[in-house]
Amino acid sequence: MAIASEILKARPGYKLHIVKTEKYKTNTLVFKMKAPLCADTVTLRSLLPYVLQSTTERHPTSTELRSYLDELYGASLYVDVSKKGEYHIISFTMEIANEKFLSDPTPLLAKGFELLTDVIFHPKTEGDAFDSNTVQKEKRSLKQRIQSIYDDKMRYSAKRLVEEMCKDEPYALEQTGNQEDLEKITPGSLYEYYIKALAEDEIDLYIIGDVDEAEAESLADKYISLHERQPEKIKPVQKKVENENEVIEKQDVKQGKLNIGYRTNVVYGEEDYYALQLFNGIFGGFSHSKLFINVREKASLAYYAASRIESHKGLLMVMSGIENKNYGQAIDIIREQMEEMKKGKFTEEELSQTKAVVKNQILETVDVARGLVEVLYHNVVSGTSIPLDEWLERTEKTTKEQVVNVAQKIECDTIYFLTGTEVQE
Amino acid sequence: MMEKITFGQLQEELFHEKMENGLQVYILPKAGFNKTYATFTTKYGSIDNHFKPLDSDEFIKVPDGIAHFLEHKLFEKEDGDVFQQFSKQGASANAFTSFTRTAYLFSSTTDFEKNLTTLIDFVQEPYFSEKTVEKEKGIIGQEINMYDDNPDWRLYFGCIENMFHNHPVKIDIAGTVESIANITKDMLYTCYETFYHPSNMLLFVVGPVDPGHTMSLIRDNQNGKDYKEQAEIGRNFEAEPASVAKKNQILRMNVQTPKVMLGIKASDVNLAGEAMLRAELTVNVLLEVLFGKSSDFYEELYSEGFIDQSFSYDYTQEQGFGFALIGGDSARPEELADQLKQILAKAKAGEGITDQTVARTIKKKIGSFLRSLNSPEYIANQFTRYAFNDMDLFDVVPALEQITSQDVKMAANKLIDEERITVCQVLPK
Repeated sequence: MAIASEILKARPGYKLHIVKTEKYKTNTLVFKMKAPLCADTVTLRSLLPYVLQSTTERHPTSTELRSYLDELYGASLYVDVSKKGEYHIISFTMEIANEKFLSDPTPLLAKGFELLTDVIFHPKTEGDAFDSNTVQKEKRSLKQRIQSIYDDKMRYSAKRLVEEMCKDEPYALEQTGNQEDLEKITPGSLYEYYIKALAEDEIDLYIIGDVDEAEAESLADKYISLHERQPEKIKPVQKKVENENEVIEKQDVKQGKLNIGYRTNVVYGEEDYYALQLFNGIFGGFSHSKLFINVREKASLAYYAASRIESHKGLLMVMSGIENKNYGQAIDIIREQMEEMKKGKFTEEELSQTKAVVKNQILETVDVARGLVEVLYHNVVSGTSIPLDEWLERTEKTTKEQVVNVAQKIECDTIYFLTGTEVQE
Repeated sequence: MMEKITFGQLQEELFHEKMENGLQVYILPKAGFNKTYATFTTKYGSIDNHFKPLDSDEFIKVPDGIAHFLEHKLFEKEDGDVFQQFSKQGASANAFTSFTRTAYLFSSTTDFEKNLTTLIDFVQEPYFSEKTVEKEKGIIGQEINMYDDNPDWRLYFGCIENMFHNHPVKIDIAGTVESIANITKDMLYTCYETFYHPSNMLLFVVGPVDPGHTMSLIRDNQNGKDYKEQAEIGRNFEAEPASVAKKNQILRMNVQTPKVMLGIKASDVNLAGEAMLRAELTVNVLLEVLFGKSSDFYEELYSEGFIDQSFSYDYTQEQGFGFALIGGDSARPEELADQLKQILAKAKAGEGITDQTVARTIKKKIGSFLRSLNSPEYIANQFTRYAFNDMDLFDVVPALEQITSQDVKMAANKLIDEERITVCQVLPK
């Protein structure tokens, strides 16, 4: 059974991925640009897509551009900046109605394609610079977005953990960039970087929906013209843990946020990755996991107590919201669960239960067009080509011994606690 | 008997049956999807805190947060919790409590029938004990604390609190640490028995399923259970004045960016069925015309630095209450509130609402509705909400197509009233 197989077409300077399916009422286009995460470019890359989606040569104001999207039956266009391992990825996503479900038969895919490529390749410029008004308002908006991370304490504590844990590694950089660099960006410097990114980034375009392969190819050839490139491939920095680090920060918060970072020493594409996913599922990924049962259900310490893995950097993150005074007890329970994993103290039943849930999670993810793109994109980031079927099959075949082996590789690196100011020590 | 309803343009078929015990069941087959998603929902939410218990003539008041507490506790059984059962069957389960509904749900890509049976049975077989009720207070206490630290949630609830004098919609869904301290096992049973009768519930299944077979599985399950017919539930709501309770509120929190939310309390809130669908959609079109990304106002407010991408607007209407909320992060919260008030005052007089903007907005709304139909979660949850208000989710496109700029102007004139506008802000300490 082939689940959502992609047709891959190499084009000069980019790869075209087509997934044909009739299950959606819309067609989805996702354009991705990938480059190494680095201090010099992080803020430029964070700002760039917002400037591009704001105005274009043909739609010189946001109102015009957004009105045109409305006319295309509310085509949605949004941009996103993320990090995967030590890569910084810019995504442009357009979802547009498939006209076969509308009483109005105007073909929409070609128009959506044209608009998306307009946004990416034909910005509103002033000579060799972006339109200064656009840059100015998007700088202001990004500044606020950077500031607002502080206001969301769950996000803030996750970010602080990574900053502390990965201090001298590119991964410590926040994908949204920073205010100091933002101040220095000009319409000219951003434009210069944009030309460079278009020439050097690794680029992938995904087209998902009830589309004709030949039509998709001809649209791509009509609207995209890029030059060949040799995208830079990097391996994420892997650090050996020497000393466990503890960081306690005080703020005016009601609930303490406990975040613990571990090094898994396993990344996507490696043999052990499937076992790592199952490890995470038994340990903290779900509501049947050890963290949920022991921190929440048995000890009543928290509403959430969970773990997740960063597949391309080799990290495992635990997060929980607890009462300030329960810090010690929560850490003890979490450590105990990790020890049990390392000792293989979990049943075959827990393993098979977790396999079922992990498989379910993957299959559910690929039911959503954007989820499918993210799953397929793992292969681009890691330079592998593992089909989905193989992923599922290898998950199924993983043994308890392999999970225990992976558990034994995991090292606790940093404990971060955001605690209330009224805590007694 | 099972009936089939066909939606030609959307290429969807919906199957419906009302079970003998009153349970409404809907099945929407979706070919090509891996996942099946099912929700089992009772028309019982945080606002239902004053009612006549089953077989009683006296109204009682129950502690704030009890519907949500009950939702948590229903997952626990004598032999452990139901999450374990679901994950053994490869499913992921969850639940949520809103103002008017409590929904239990799962999604799975294997063992659909077992999971469906687990869902129905766990919701229909409560097991509450004093010990586990006490233990849950710690967990929910942390859930409440988590929301207390969340400025967006505080802003949202602060704004609703401003609007209402008496209506229980102003009470936080989870209650407070103090209010949940009073909850007992017996109270949970009282609420359960009153509100979890099948005749007050709806089951929705969406996914790659055989509708006939699934329906008969549900029918057999329900016929095997002994439910007595239940009279209509007596719910009591105090009279609510038209005006807002408070015109302003400032919450000081540990934040860097100020936040502001303007609320408009709806006046025409005793609607149901088609009239309600029309009213709700028309106000949503109005907000989109005024504040959508393609509006002149949005561009102006964004360019001037009053708003950023967090700016949003929403309109909620249920039987007995309704409100529009507009706002987001703003470096200039006070000025933004003034700007919004001015825009609304002009809109009341019909300014900014043209044939062209309304037609464009309706196109956009139709497209977003189609996009939503990609999502089994959206279909199941919204269909249920609509059905509880005697509306039909699949009427949305034809209803949108009928809305004229005149309708939008009338809706603006009716909705917008200075007496019913309030502003809540979250500011740095």
